[in-house]
Amino acid sequence: MNLLQGKVCLVTGASRGIGLATVKRFAEEGAIVYANVREPKNLDKYYDELSENNSGSVSSVYFDVRDESASKKAVQRIKCEQGRLDVLVNNAGVMKDALVGMVSSFLMKEMYETNVQGGVNMIQFATKIMVKQKSGSIINLSSIVGIEGNAGQMAYSASKGAVAAMTKTAAKELAAYGIRVNAVAPGMIDTDMYRSIGDERMKEQIKNIKLGRLGKPEEVADAILFFASDLSRYITGEILGVDGGAVI
Amino acid sequence: MTNIEKYNNAFVNSLEITEDRLAGLKYQDIEAWDSVGHMTLVAAIEDAFDIMLDTDDIIDFNSYEKGKEILSKEEYGVAF
Repeated sequence: MNLLQGKVCLVTGASRGIGLATVKRFAEEGAIVYANVREPKNLDKYYDELSENNSGSVSSVYFDVRDESASKKAVQRIKCEQGRLDVLVNNAGVMKDALVGMVSSFLMKEMYETNVQGGVNMIQFATKIMVKQKSGSIINLSSIVGIEGNAGQMAYSASKGAVAAMTKTAAKELAAYGIRVNAVAPGMIDTDMYRSIGDERMKEQIKNIKLGRLGKPEEVADAILFFASDLSRYITGEILGVDGGAVI
Repeated sequence: MTNIEKYNNAFVNSLEITEDRLAGLKYQDIEAWDSVGHMTLVAAIEDAFDIMLDTDDIIDFNSYEKGKEILSKEEYGVAF
């Protein structure tokens, strides 16, 4: 369908899981994708294959979203090469669990540095280009636990709740410039990050999913595609659950 | 176009004011230079000089004169 034909898109945290699935989906829809990973990995060959086999193209851009200066340079590079930026997907994130009594200030800082401050930095840099072009779509990755909370995930859920709040605030501020800001809130998705909770806990949690199975990264990528494309042109400030009807 | 002309044009076009009102102009002195106008102004200046201002500098940028001082910093290299 080429829903993103010629659109310039930056996807952070694109080495695996939801980020990688989003890069693939965007390339299939004709986007010019900049796939961010922290450091050179063996992904360049895969990105080249995506470029060859789809109407879009994929290029790597290496930086850590916690590094403000490196993030800025990456956006400057995109501006220099493409002259515009249509879509930002703030996907880079980390997850570590700890019970209430075990949440250290270091853990809180670690969660916020990547999941919140990293996203704020990216929004600030991306909107420098989007404000000028008076258009753009920003998609943040929140989480079902950021909305509902979850035992053992105080630090992570707080950071993802912050992502939901900043999405709504940014949507209100940036609407004046034609920039839409939305978030997806994945439930239990079959990624390396999710599997790190362990098999026992995973089996227990699947019982609480109405659709009876874990979600696939591709299913979250489809929701992200919806927000990135003009199909959602009249939608901003929304947090879309992609959770198979999960109850936490 | 000289750098001061580029700088002044960014103000005139973004805030829709005449050039004779620029000297001494401060953030929120006029209706157009509110927080929304500030973002438009910053975008115009960044575009004019092909730079990207740091967040701290955007926050400090509270007057016409202060803006010139910020742009003159080594990292931006704009001479007036």
